[in-house]
Amino acid sequence: MREVDKRTTVRRRVFLRGAATAPAAAAAVAAGMTIAPNAAWAADLKAVKPNTMTVLARAARDIYPHDQLADRYYIAAVLPYDDQAAKDAALKSLLEEGAAQLDAEAKKRFGRDYIRVGSEEQRVQVLQAVEKSAFFQKLRGDLVVSLYNQKEVWPKLGYEGSSYEHGGYIRRGFDDIDWLPEA
Amino acid sequence: MTTFDLNDDSVVVIIGSGAGGGTLGNELAQRGAKVVVLEAGGRHEIADFVNDEWASFTQLAWSDTRTTGGSWRVAKDFPNLPAWIVKAVGGSTTHWAGASLRFAEHEFRTRTHYGAIEGANLADWPITLAELEPYYARAEDKMGVTGTNGIPRLPGNNNYKVLAAGAKKLGYKEFHTGNMAINSEPRADRASCHQLGFCFQGCKMGAKWSTLYTEIPAGEETGRLEVRPNSMAIRIEHDAAGRATGVVYADAEGRQQRQRARVVSVAGNSIESPRLLLNSASAKFPDGMANSSGQVGRNYMRHTTGSVYAVFDRPVHMYRGTTMAGIIRDESRHDPKRGFAGGYELETLSLGVPFMAAFLEPGAWGRGFTSAMDAYDRMAGLWIVGEDLPQERNRITLDSKVKDRNGMPVASVHFDDHRNDLAMRDHAYQQGRALYEAVGATRTFETTPYPSTHNLGTNRMSANARDGVVDKWGKAHDLPNLYVSDGSQFTSGAACNPTLTIVALAIRQAEHIAGRMARGEV
Repeated sequence: MREVDKRTTVRRRVFLRGAATAPAAAAAVAAGMTIAPNAAWAADLKAVKPNTMTVLARAARDIYPHDQLADRYYIAAVLPYDDQAAKDAALKSLLEEGAAQLDAEAKKRFGRDYIRVGSEEQRVQVLQAVEKSAFFQKLRGDLVVSLYNQKEVWPKLGYEGSSYEHGGYIRRGFDDIDWLPEA
Repeated sequence: MTTFDLNDDSVVVIIGSGAGGGTLGNELAQRGAKVVVLEAGGRHEIADFVNDEWASFTQLAWSDTRTTGGSWRVAKDFPNLPAWIVKAVGGSTTHWAGASLRFAEHEFRTRTHYGAIEGANLADWPITLAELEPYYARAEDKMGVTGTNGIPRLPGNNNYKVLAAGAKKLGYKEFHTGNMAINSEPRADRASCHQLGFCFQGCKMGAKWSTLYTEIPAGEETGRLEVRPNSMAIRIEHDAAGRATGVVYADAEGRQQRQRARVVSVAGNSIESPRLLLNSASAKFPDGMANSSGQVGRNYMRHTTGSVYAVFDRPVHMYRGTTMAGIIRDESRHDPKRGFAGGYELETLSLGVPFMAAFLEPGAWGRGFTSAMDAYDRMAGLWIVGEDLPQERNRITLDSKVKDRNGMPVASVHFDDHRNDLAMRDHAYQQGRALYEAVGATRTFETTPYPSTHNLGTNRMSANARDGVVDKWGKAHDLPNLYVSDGSQFTSGAACNPTLTIVALAIRQAEHIAGRMARGEV
């Protein structure tokens, strides 16, 4: 069977196009970006506070954890919120208040900010506590598109995307399964 | 390209350009009638289609606001997207999978065969399978359906091979790669299937039949058919005698236009068609046009659907090739011993990563969900297409609060599953799981129904005017020159994908309308 190459293609900068529901503005995310307190990539945003953006990225990873995905895919999924929030005060306060609530819940349960809670299981408990909130529903719903519609994510899940320009799969393994009992 | 004057009252005006409207338009033009097709959406040709689920959805899907109610889960997960259908020239024939099945005899006569079922508004069709058979044959030839007319079946892809291996293990007898309106070899100036895997996004090979590049250009070539894209019908008008006289629509710039008509056909799919009739209420038709029976908008059916996805220890790559790559028909019989009336088909289905994330388990998050997505390339999948029972309270109504950009009330879609539907879905889920487990699935998922692609029954056919909206020809009982030409005229839904039947009915209806025009009856 023809397998899909799941390794990351080496590129100095990856430009991730906004998803269907995200703003048209492209978010540029560099390969080395990671989710951490006081991350430099979150320091200079238009509308969203740096701490809020890093909390969003951490929560994105905790909501849809894929260990084979580097942090930058999650950062790319939430960064478009900055442009959106710059034009939408209600969204801005939903995100700021939601991130503050995550920090408050984390402090209450584990004595530290959300992003400084080291255990994924504990962070998930914090998320479960707010799972019914408008903030969580908005973030989770948007991530379905802003994370899974990144073309760079697809091969890591074994999906090859557009096939027309390659002549389809008629000569590229549409019927190459080799482990089934004879039908 | 031919254009007709707005005041030309000798034209047949067809609202909608999909399987029903597009076919009717061409068939009438071939018979010498002048036709104006009003299409709410834009015209996107094959070259415009994209192999990209969300981008294609943005290009083609009907995303105008609708509202929902009832106990079906779609109302919770997708409250403003009850249906996954198309707003574009070609209608949902751009999006459909291509499965082209004939109804069985008993499926035209459900009241007779199933008996009275509490809560269900069962009725026999006023036509029989024997009456429709010649038109099924013409539709299959027109659409190039595999397994008919000497056309070879498509080759099975990986997803089909898993399905077939499981079917064999379960002892199923009737399974194959389907009767598909997808060219398995070049035919009718269209290419053959190259197994792109994007049937739902508009076939970029043009191998799958769509009115967009078959019926509509054929009709245009006669010089007697004009398609007006971006033309949203607002209401149908009538004269004092109760005869339809024309259609008011909003053009691309939002200006209201009035196209006069000799005959009007409604073919906007089973949500918009009743909405338009209800929005056409007048002093003469206070409850909506063609609605003396009170049945306009009622008996909404959407098939008892659902998917089973199964994860294996080895790769499948189900997304490669035809989306609906094969079918099992053994469960499509009517056999009440299973605990429900009617039957269902099992058909392969595949979604890409973007749509799998949205539809596998709407609302789910955490490692339970992401571990399933991590197994995407080891997944196989099938879709259930079962007959759901018509219920009077499952209906399209006008939303009293929400209006569209033309100021017209939007459609509200209410749906509750009948207990027969629930029993059937449960049976199908169990069979689907057993099938995949028989060939080594390590994990299976019962996926909830997607927003509806098969929308049926909301302007049902009936022998008596008091029981339904249209007669055996699809003509409104209440008006002499108003027709319904889409799946909303279905009296029951059957255990099969509806397009072939819509096309067969449209061919038959075109003959009937052309005959009446020739005789001066309309």
